[in-house]
Order: sequence, then C-alpha cells, then structure tokens
Amino acid sequence: MRMRSEAMTGMLPAMPLAVLFLFSFVVPLLVLIFLSLFRTPQFTEMGFDQYARFVGDGYNLKVLFDTLLLGVEVALIALVLAYPLGLAYVAAPPLGRTIITFLILLPLLTSSVVRTFAWIVILGREGIVNSAMLAFGLWDQPARLLYTWGGMVLALAQIQLPLMALPIINSLMRIDGNLTRAAEGLGASRFRILFTVILPLTLPGAIAGWLLVFAAAVTAFITQTLVGGGRIILMPLYIYQQAMGVQEWPFSAALSLIFTVAVIGIVAAVGAVSRRYMRGVDAA
Amino acid sequence: MTDKRGNDLALSGVNHWFGPTQALDGVSLRIDPGEMVALLGPSGCGKTTLLQIIAGFLQPTEGEVLLDGGRVDHIPANRRRVGMVFQNYALFPHLSVFENVAYGLRARKMPGAAIKAKVAEMLALVKMGHLADRLPSQLSGGQQQRVALARALAIEPGIVLLDEPFSALDKNLRLDMQIEIKGLLKGYGVTSIIVTHDQEEALSMADRIVVMNRGRIEQVGTPDILYDRPATLFVNQFIGHANFLQAALVAPRRVKLEAGIEIDLAEPAPQPVGSAVLVSIRPENIAISGTSAGPTIPVKVRITMPLGAADVIEAVTPNGETVKIHKTRSPASKPIASGTALALSVVDPTGIGIFAAPAGDPASTLHGP
Ligand SMILES: Nc1ncnc2c1ncn2[C@@H]1O[C@H](COP(=O)(O)OP(=O)(O)O)[C@@H](O)[C@H]1O
Ligand SMILES: [Mg+2]
Repeated sequence: MRMRSEAMTGMLPAMPLAVLFLFSFVVPLLVLIFLSLFRTPQFTEMGFDQYARFVGDGYNLKVLFDTLLLGVEVALIALVLAYPLGLAYVAAPPLGRTIITFLILLPLLTSSVVRTFAWIVILGREGIVNSAMLAFGLWDQPARLLYTWGGMVLALAQIQLPLMALPIINSLMRIDGNLTRAAEGLGASRFRILFTVILPLTLPGAIAGWLLVFAAAVTAFITQTLVGGGRIILMPLYIYQQAMGVQEWPFSAALSLIFTVAVIGIVAAVGAVSRRYMRGVDAA
Repeated sequence: MTDKRGNDLALSGVNHWFGPTQALDGVSLRIDPGEMVALLGPSGCGKTTLLQIIAGFLQPTEGEVLLDGGRVDHIPANRRRVGMVFQNYALFPHLSVFENVAYGLRARKMPGAAIKAKVAEMLALVKMGHLADRLPSQLSGGQQQRVALARALAIEPGIVLLDEPFSALDKNLRLDMQIEIKGLLKGYGVTSIIVTHDQEEALSMADRIVVMNRGRIEQVGTPDILYDRPATLFVNQFIGHANFLQAALVAPRRVKLEAGIEIDLAEPAPQPVGSAVLVSIRPENIAISGTSAGPTIPVKVRITMPLGAADVIEAVTPNGETVKIHKTRSPASKPIASGTALALSVVDPTGIGIFAAPAGDPASTLHGP
C-alpha cells in the first residue's frame, strides 16, 4: 500500500500534462472518429460511406498525394539548405556561431503569419525578386512566383528551416573531431570525409529534422493557403472547405483521419527504413 | 620485407602558439628510421600538439618538420602518409572493422581485390581477422586498439604516431598490449612515436625517451641515461623516485647536507662553490648502515610500507626533511617499527645528482610523482 501511494505521489506532477493530452488530443480524436462514421451531413445513419467516398474519387487521392509530395519536397529542400548552414556553424568562430544561431532562431520568434506575408512581399508581382530581376534587365516582364507550387515550396522550406537546422547542428557538434582527423590522416579528401564520415554520422539528426519539417509543411494551413493563394488545394485547406464551407462534417472528419494516418505512416516508414542504415550511429 | 620501411623524422625549431598560449617552445629532435621513441611529460606540456604538427593536423607557427629529409610542414595531413592512433582510437562507429581498416585504402583508390587482401593481412597481423564484420561498439578496448593500429598501418606509413594509446585500458590489459604493440611495431620496422604521461610505459616501450615540460624538450635519451644521468631537476623528478635534500656546495666535489653529513662527489658540480643546491639520491642508493664507519645521517622512521619485493621506509632527518629508502625484504626480516632510529649512508656517489636549488620553498614544490 505504502509503495503504491508513493508511486501515485510520484506521478502527480505529470497529471496536468496527462489531462491536457486527454482533452486536446484523445477526446478530439474520438470525436473525429465518431463524426466520420455518419453516412450523411445530417448525422442520420452510421456507416463507412465517407471512406468509400474518399477512395472512390480520384480528386481526393490527388489532393492527398500532392500534400504528401509537398511535404517531401519542402523537407528535401530544407535538408539541402540546412547542411551548409550547419557546416558553416561548426566551422565558425564563437561570434560567427552566435550570428548563425540568431539567424536560425529568428524565424521561430516571429509568427508564421508575419513570415508568410514576408514571402508574399518577396514573391509578389511587384515584389523584391521581380523588381530586382527587372531592374537588372534579366527578365523583361514580371514572372508569376506567388501562388505557384515552386513559390510555396520555397517559402515553406525557409519557414520550417529551423526545425531542420537545429537537429543537424546538434548532430554535427557531437562528431568527435578525431574522427575527421583520422579520416584526413588516412588520406581522405574533404569531399570524401563529408560523404563517408560527416553525413553518415549526422543521419539521425537529418532524419529527425526531415520528419519534423515534413510534418510541419504538410499541415502548414496558413502558409499553404496564403502563398498558394487558395489556388492550390491541399489537405488542410480541403478539410477546412469541407467543414466550414459546405458543412460536410462527416466527410471532413474522414479526411482528417485519413490525412493523419497517412502522415503517421510516412513518418513511421521513414523512421524504420533509416534505422536500418544507422548501424553504429547512436540516435540523437 | 627487409626493405627499410620507417621514415626518419627531424623537427627543427618548432614553436606553436594557440592565441596567447605557447604550447611548443623551440622543439628540435631527430628520430632514426625504425626507432621507437616515447614523448613523456605531464598533461598539458604539448605532447598532443607536437603529434598533430607531425601528422599535419596543425601547422607549426614556426619551425620545420622533415620526413626523410624533405619538408612536410606545408603538406596537408591527407598527403603525408603518417599513421595515427588516437587516444580514444577514433574508429568510425558506423563502419565495420573491415571497412575501418579499408578506409585509407579506399581513399587511395586501391582496387577492390587488393583492398581485400591488404585488410586481411592487417587484421591477421593484429589477430582480429575473425571479427572483421563487427562494429567498433561491439569490441573491447583492447580489440578496438588493435583495429586502430591495423587501420593506421594499412596505408603503409613511414611513421606511426600513438597518442596515449594505453590510457583507456585497465592495468592488466595495458601491460599485455604494451608488449604486443611494441613487438608489432618493431617487427614491422616502422618508425613510431608513443605519447604518454606514464613513465613506466615510456621506460618499458621506447628505445629513446623525449622528456617534455611546458612546451620544451628537457632531455632526450635512453631509459638508462634518463634514470642515471638526468640533465635537469625536472627529469630527475619525473623519472623514477628520488629524495631531494637541501645542501650547500662547499667545494667543487663536496656538498654539505643540511641533514648533517658531507658527501664527496664523483665529478665536480657545475654550480659555483658556496651556492645552495639540491642533492638527488634515489631510494635504492641509500643504505641503512647500523654502526658502519664513515658519515651517516641519523633519521627516525615515520612509516614502513611493505610493497611486495621491498619495504619502502619513510624517515625524517634531524632538520625535518623526508627521505624514502628501499629495503629488500626477506621472509625472516621484520618490518621496522615507527620511531626506530636509523643511520643512513650513500651507497654510490656516482648515482648522486646535483641541481641548483630553485627559488622559493623547495620542499613544497619538489615532491613530484
Ligand atoms: N586547440 C587549442 N586551443 C587552445 N589551446 C590549446 C589547444 N590545444 C591545446 N592547447 C593548450 O596547449 C597546451 C598543450 O596542450 P596539449 O598538446 O594537448 O598537451 P598534452 O597532450 O601534453 O597534454 C595546453 O596548455 C593546452 O591547454
Ligand atoms: Mg594529450
């Protein structure tokens, strides 16, 4: 009895978090599942019609596929941007590190609405990129950058970059300097050291970052909608339209659940595959 | 395999600064092909810095590094053909034993079949062939060290540098590995430098020992020379045990100990007559004379420590200095009790070292390792 009460007391500090988790995650999830099992928006009968409807229409599948593709592209671009940044960070003297840290953290300190509008200013018809290209005579007419797939991918990659850069920097910092020295002493070029030592040893950080950016990008409703200008329909906007626009609550609940399962599935698959390639590298 | 494998190494006037700190101060040294040299000195004296300069991971602020007579101090590490075994072994954790040893061969673009053969040869040399598929984390410390050595030797270096290679091993394994690695490197004929702060390790492994202190070389010599003829007080203190007694030089070949007696020296001391000196006498050079003729120092035993083959007796002189004496044990003898009065005499005056007394209180600064 005594042991038991002590165990209970030990759990006490975790209780608020458990309650929060219950009400902000478990309960809404159960509500969603419940809602998705109605056959009509009038909540009359129950059945799996909403799921059949999703699978039956190619448009739904395309929206889901585009959304996941967006996540993959954004995360890959962020990955490619984050490595040079991380390598510059580790190579930099203390002052340089402070500056790079500040630059990486800056986006986290502004709201995603502000960051998104900054991208609208940059990519707009009279935005910075177009003005500069026209001024230098490189383009003879403004290009459409805003409301395009490429613009959206780029903006999301920049906005989510901290989620990629921080785990990669963490992994890079943990590499023992003697390992790169050993490689150099054995005759390896910089390039070879990067590909045979640094990249494999930072794989855990890169994968953690990749998954974070992927999950953040596919669900970035505000940025997707504003930079995409509502012309590119992706899952978050689609769910919003179905729920708030046409009041199709059961269908939007089914969409939400399918989307959630798809994202979790990709995260789990990437995690499982990457673990097979991380022999000997301790996960970050 | 009778061809000369080892490089000769020459350092001349090497200085190195880390910002305002001087890590190396005028280091000059010659090492012959195939020689095994120990760099011995306390932590922070610049041993690792010197190794990194030889390997090419650091460029000396000043000075020259020559391998086989050619300057290499501006050649990057990846083109020097210097083998290095790191203090923590630095095996690539994500690569198998085989791939670790193959790393330098792949970097040199050796064909696959040749790599296989060379790695097999190296792993056989260090008796690790059966564990080629393991990851470093699945090996014991001694096994990791063998792989690190095989990896370093695989690129056929002219010189191998080992930075405190045994410090991570426990004491029993350490001696085995010392014997094994010494045999291996000697048999292989490669020039090698072993960094250590452990004097026994240096004495047991090296042909010659380089004693370093605060970025400078104090003395270079064979283990015998360093022990019997230390050039500086530091070397005398660092290698082996010694008693340091305060004295005055009363004639070029005669000192008067503050503990009472006068001793005749084998050779004239370099210090001016009348100056204060420290006299170094190794514990084994002191005899307990009982009632013998000749000058003796009267002491009182403070403590007796039975350390296996010998008893180490710590005694106090009339002027309060501490003296350690080794007394060989026999089954019949009884340990000498604390408080016993003894008379001590010097066995062999050639084994006495005379050094200028350092400024300050010598007793507090001089009881080294
Ligand atoms: N990267 C560095 N930056 C600044 N000071 C250093 C650096 N590496 C070594 N030092 C200093 O140089 C001196 C010699 O260091 P080191 O060569 O590592 O000594 P040892 O290997 O003999 O213990 C020490 O005082 C150490 O603090
Ligand atoms: Mg060191």
